[in-house]
Amino acid sequence: MSQQEITLILNAVLALGQVVSANSGGFQGPSIDDFFPASVLFAGTPFALDRVLLVRLFGTAVIIAILWIGSTRLKVVPTRAQAAWEFLMDMPRQGIVYDTLGKKDGDRFMPILLTMFFGTLAWNLTGTIPGLQIASTGLIGQALLMAAIAYVTFIYAGIRKHGTGHFFKNTLWLPGVPIAIKPVIALLEFLSTFIVRPVTLTLRLTMNMVAGHMLLALCFLATNFFFFSVLGNGNALGFLGIGTFAFGIAFTVLELFIGVLQAYIFAILSAIYIQMALADEH
Amino acid sequence: MVGNIAPLAFGLAVIGSAIGVGLVVGKTIESVARQPELQSRLQTLMWIGVALTEALCFIAIGVAFIPFPA
Repeated sequence: MSQQEITLILNAVLALGQVVSANSGGFQGPSIDDFFPASVLFAGTPFALDRVLLVRLFGTAVIIAILWIGSTRLKVVPTRAQAAWEFLMDMPRQGIVYDTLGKKDGDRFMPILLTMFFGTLAWNLTGTIPGLQIASTGLIGQALLMAAIAYVTFIYAGIRKHGTGHFFKNTLWLPGVPIAIKPVIALLEFLSTFIVRPVTLTLRLTMNMVAGHMLLALCFLATNFFFFSVLGNGNALGFLGIGTFAFGIAFTVLELFIGVLQAYIFAILSAIYIQMALADEH
Repeated sequence: MVGNIAPLAFGLAVIGSAIGVGLVVGKTIESVARQPELQSRLQTLMWIGVALTEALCFIAIGVAFIPFPA
């Protein structure tokens, strides 16, 4: 790269900075307030609904409708739609439940794990659907509730199988560790099993959705700003909006993928925690 | 200039998690390539490893909310 080219690029960057600062009143980035809009229904009561919660209810209704319609019209010889629906149901059943828990335990915990998977999927995907554009799992209460359910479930599974004392001994008092450092390991295991697990389940889901929303909103707000404020004022730098728009589309696809992936991770980690609680003494 | 350097610190913390997750997943892919029949078992172990490694970056998020005395 020659000296001239570098100077040219530096000038372009500086000009871009000046444009943004000159219109700094115009450009409003996304903020965390997107997840806390004003209430629209029942304002002032404990049941106040804002936009995010309405989107959540909508997502719940859609996923219930899909599962309901799919499961009430089952025939021995599947139609095309039923084959697709069965494929949709079979993938998480095989990939999440049976692969980790096996057939016998898998059947016991399948309802709760698949509910978690499909619920999280529906609430995550609303983040990319045009017109809704907000993932209600980005509110920490949602993720916290589901992590609490997973937490209670795996402790219940372990206590039911081994009895209270045995379960805690299995989890904390690991065999094969020198007796001198066993208490330290037990403390670490306690932290990682009973504190870090639910916290990370919650934060992983919430933070992924919040960050995804910020990324998308930033791309599309920047596009809007470049096209209507910068280009509208006759500044050719506004054509940068084409770039931000392309990135917005690319990140939308990425967000779709991340929504599915996070639902999968949430369900499979719950399944693995149950499996570890059920595992026999090593 | 006014701002908050917490995101910067979080970025530093994430470097470690990112390398860790990369190692875990990469090694799992290697192992599955060698022994495809162990795939489901290895995947389970991989998710445990990823969850533990990722936990560090979530702890880093959490630290920002601890009310340290000024």
